[in-house]
Amino acid sequence: MTATATHLPGRSRRAERTLIGVAVSLSLLFVAAPLAYIFVRAFSQGWQVYAANILHPMTLHAIWLTTITAIVVVPVNVAFGIAAAWAVAKHRFPGRGILVTMIEIPFSISPIIAGICYLLLYGRQGLLGPWLRAQDIQVMFALPGIILVTMFVTAPFVAREVLPLMQAQGTEQEQAAVTLGASGWQVFRRVTLPNIKWALLYGAVLCTARAVGEFGGVSVVSGNIRGQTNTLPLHVELLFNDLNAVGAFAAASTLTLIALVALVVKAALEGKRG
Amino acid sequence: MTAATAQPALPPIRARRVLPGFTLSLGTTLLYLTLIVLIPVIALILKGVEMGPERFWRIVSSPRAVAAFQITLTAAAIATLFNAIYGLLMAWVLVRYDFWGKRLLDALMDVPFALPTAVAGLSLTALFSANGWFGAVLHPLGVPVVYTLLGIAVAMAFTSVPFVVRTVQPVLEDMDPALEQAAVTLGARPWTVFTRVVFPAILPAWLAGCTTAFARSLGEFGAIVFIAGNLPFRTEIAALLAFIRLEEFDYNGAAAIALVLLGFALVLLLVSNLLQFWASRHREAVR
Repeated sequence: MTATATHLPGRSRRAERTLIGVAVSLSLLFVAAPLAYIFVRAFSQGWQVYAANILHPMTLHAIWLTTITAIVVVPVNVAFGIAAAWAVAKHRFPGRGILVTMIEIPFSISPIIAGICYLLLYGRQGLLGPWLRAQDIQVMFALPGIILVTMFVTAPFVAREVLPLMQAQGTEQEQAAVTLGASGWQVFRRVTLPNIKWALLYGAVLCTARAVGEFGGVSVVSGNIRGQTNTLPLHVELLFNDLNAVGAFAAASTLTLIALVALVVKAALEGKRG
Repeated sequence: MTAATAQPALPPIRARRVLPGFTLSLGTTLLYLTLIVLIPVIALILKGVEMGPERFWRIVSSPRAVAAFQITLTAAAIATLFNAIYGLLMAWVLVRYDFWGKRLLDALMDVPFALPTAVAGLSLTALFSANGWFGAVLHPLGVPVVYTLLGIAVAMAFTSVPFVVRTVQPVLEDMDPALEQAAVTLGARPWTVFTRVVFPAILPAWLAGCTTAFARSLGEFGAIVFIAGNLPFRTEIAALLAFIRLEEFDYNGAAAIALVLLGFALVLLLVSNLLQFWASRHREAVR
């Protein structure tokens, strides 16, 4: 076997070393460097400047706005993800395939198109514009618009993690619980939830990371009003356009930390998700 | 034959809905999808219908729009070409070899998904500008990246890195090593084994990954606005032109361009789904 093993593609010592070398150097240059550079630049003028940049009222406001958005969006999408997975994985009905495709659609639509869709619906010239104005409800260029677009963009994240797992687990355990007289809520809480908790947590973490970093869609519907509708990613752009690179990198570093937390959670849950 | 007909007729087995919550969960799902996804998308389509084909065509065939589509498609093609090769290499190295730091390298492949696109754009722009780590080397060589088509391609390539890697990886992991060993036993050289045995097995998944990477590149916005410089006819991508039209309150202009991008996205989604279907059937065969 050892004689033939070296004749398999890429199995010779030299080929292996070359390929690993190229792969590692390309990844360091193309993926690791941009990641590292964020912190290098953010701290380029020392801790004090970094702290001052983060504690700037505008930055704090952006962090606050982004946090509020995530606090509203993530639980809603967790609930949606569970409902969608329960309906599709535990029941058979015509049109299931179409429903699954529909759940995935926001992944294929560019966030900026999502933003334009929302503007055409809720904006002043939009379909619901006149009615909203009569009711004095401001959706666009305000927090509700930001939340709605973020919901659109992050809608599939939880469902996509939970659905395949629920499908693989089948319905036997739940059926047994029902036969033993458990109520619907008891079945979910005692049987289904323990089985899907890690996938659910992972989906929620991904959803949070994506919600916090959303840029294109939010940039359309927020109107970029300084100190009012500027989320953290928009604030990064604003600082960059103001030629305040170090400030932009400081704001970006907080978003990067959230992304890194998501990656660590992913690594920790690997295998546990089943 | 008589034995078969002699069997007692069983009542038709019908999957009874044993589990509760069907109406509630399906109702919630449909309501949410309708409100959050369907109605907004319909609003865009209605806008297209309202403006009519003539006006739509005039907008999307205007020189500036055509230039924007060309720039977007060219840059996305370059980015996808890069990822087709880089992603294949990464999948191969991560599946076939064991080396120090492999798990970290694997985790690194998820960075472009996890990192907000605006952050990626900011960092790439600074890296490639004249006083950044890469720009300091490339600028004296006469290879400007920032504010060029190449810069747009770099941003697109970065944000779509994981697609090819993550679609090819599982297929490569599943491949039966006996196939390659058989080819070697029959006297095939390593490169022949790769092109004749390994590559055909991963081809559908690889193409599916490339399609999604291309689709993602066409719709990318956040990373590009930083690095592109956004000059009309030079470095203005379609998504940005739509955005500019909105800022000018030209909602028809924005909607027409958005509809074209939506059309691209849906066609590519269909292609990628077909490829993935092919891939899953193919996978059964080579396992």
